[in-house]
Amino acid sequence: MSNATLVSTTVNGDPVQFACPTDESLMTALRNRVGLTGVKEGCGTGDCGACSVTLDGSLVCSCLVLGVEAEGRKVTTVEGLSENGELHVLQQKFIDHAALQCGICTPGFLVAAKALLDRNPNPNETEIRYALAGNLCRCTGYDKIVHAVQDAAKDMRKNNNRSKKRS
Amino acid sequence: MRYATPASAKEAAGLLSKEKGAAFLLAGGTDLLVKLKMGMVEPDLVVDIKRIPKINEIQTSAKGFTIGAAVSGAVIGEHKGLNAAWPGVVEAANLIGSDQIQGRATLAGNLCNASPAADSVPAMIVAGAKAVIVGPNKKRTVPVEKVVEGPGKTCLTKGEVIEAIVLPKPEPRTGDAYMRFIPRTEMDIAVVGVAISLKLERGVVKKAKVALGAVAPTAVVVPAAARALVGSKLDDASLEKLAAACSAACNPIDDKRGTVEYRTRVAGVLAKRAAKLAFQRAGGAL
Ligand SMILES: Cc1cc2nc3c(=O)[nH]c(=O)nc-3n(C[C@H](O)[C@H](O)[C@H](O)COP(=O)(O)OP(=O)(O)OC[C@H]3O[C@@H](n4cnc5c(N)ncnc54)[C@H](O)[C@@H]3O)c2cc1C
Ligand code: FES
Ligand code: FES
Repeated sequence: MSNATLVSTTVNGDPVQFACPTDESLMTALRNRVGLTGVKEGCGTGDCGACSVTLDGSLVCSCLVLGVEAEGRKVTTVEGLSENGELHVLQQKFIDHAALQCGICTPGFLVAAKALLDRNPNPNETEIRYALAGNLCRCTGYDKIVHAVQDAAKDMRKNNNRSKKRS
Repeated sequence: MRYATPASAKEAAGLLSKEKGAAFLLAGGTDLLVKLKMGMVEPDLVVDIKRIPKINEIQTSAKGFTIGAAVSGAVIGEHKGLNAAWPGVVEAANLIGSDQIQGRATLAGNLCNASPAADSVPAMIVAGAKAVIVGPNKKRTVPVEKVVEGPGKTCLTKGEVIEAIVLPKPEPRTGDAYMRFIPRTEMDIAVVGVAISLKLERGVVKKAKVALGAVAPTAVVVPAAARALVGSKLDDASLEKLAAACSAACNPIDDKRGTVEYRTRVAGVLAKRAAKLAFQRAGGAL
């Protein structure tokens, strides 16, 4: 039996506390204790990427992180993508391109795609496919997802240039 | 399961050595937490090294690089100095898993997990990497090729912890490369991995080191393959000798991803390609 440990962390910008057994994954803690069910469990072993979150800014599988490791760190989940109730460009483009069917892989793809575009605002198709190789989709197929990311990247670059010109 | 976050490698070593139950060190967790999930390990104590100061940093000195044991593949990939000095080690480290795995996976973890197919190990070996090992009472430095003794087995004794991987400053006109063959383009385990480093003098190979992964219980250094390159400008005859020596050094398993014959043949083919890349990186003209 593992004792429950109190963890204080920041999730999507908000301070959060939860108590979890030391051997519980961050994925399970986020879903069952913080209520962020956008974090999906596909495999639980690092292969599918459905549980993708960022931890202090780096993209990780939350199934391969212990909940207790989040102490004092900053976690971002798919729920942190939208701002003031408005969908993130990536989310809107996934809808526009019908880049999802059952949707179980979608949160992981969105978090991974956001991490890619933060690092590389203008990736080519090959770079997108490699960057998303850790995310598996068993129903939509990857072309629509790649197109949605390319389209979102284009809009994000435009918006960026516009705000640069304004300031 | 108890979870500890020691403040130094020495403290980590002390905790591990005193533990009577099953104790495991946790770096990136991309091997350990898979085993935990599958019930292959049942730890009484997990010692997380990531809160140890400096263990998340890459330090550069006149002698070379000290890569802290918790530095992830993603951080290695972004490091300009390492990319310039040891591109083969960087490409091997970056082949481990997806971007998500890269966010956590470490060189020391890849080494200590001691899989025969571990991608970074042959590359570290040919670069002359050493593991700085801290025990409860003493510290020692061991060449990477001496660390792994068999599948899942290392030379670390109870309580010993790798604090850092050190890479020397490369000599002038040195180049290294790592290539692996996998049945898919991403996210698979090496069927064969080949790492080669070489140093040129007036366009001719002066020194070389060749190591193979995934074709034997541990990564293997192949001196005959290195000898095939020394004194050459990578002409066809020396490349053929290199390939033959690499194939001869193979003692692989037969499995669904590659038969013995296939792995043996591919080791030679990949070695030629890796040699050419290392040669060009050393400034050689093909
Ligand atoms: C989806 C997926 C894909 C993968 N793809 C690849 C691949 O392509 N190529 C490849 O080689 N590997 C691959 N791996 C395996 C794994 O990611 C690597 O072996 C990785 O480098 C392990 O590092 P880590 O820091 O996560 O290790 P951990 O899981 O933290 O540790 C691994 C083992 O080493 C011990 N250990 C760790 N650090 C130290 C230390 N400093 N001192 C002493 N002992 C230590 C731990 O106790 C544990 O037993 C993959 C894994 C997953 C889940
Ligand atoms: S649930 Fe984490 S990678 Fe599949
Ligand atoms: S939409 Fe169903 S798995 Fe991707």
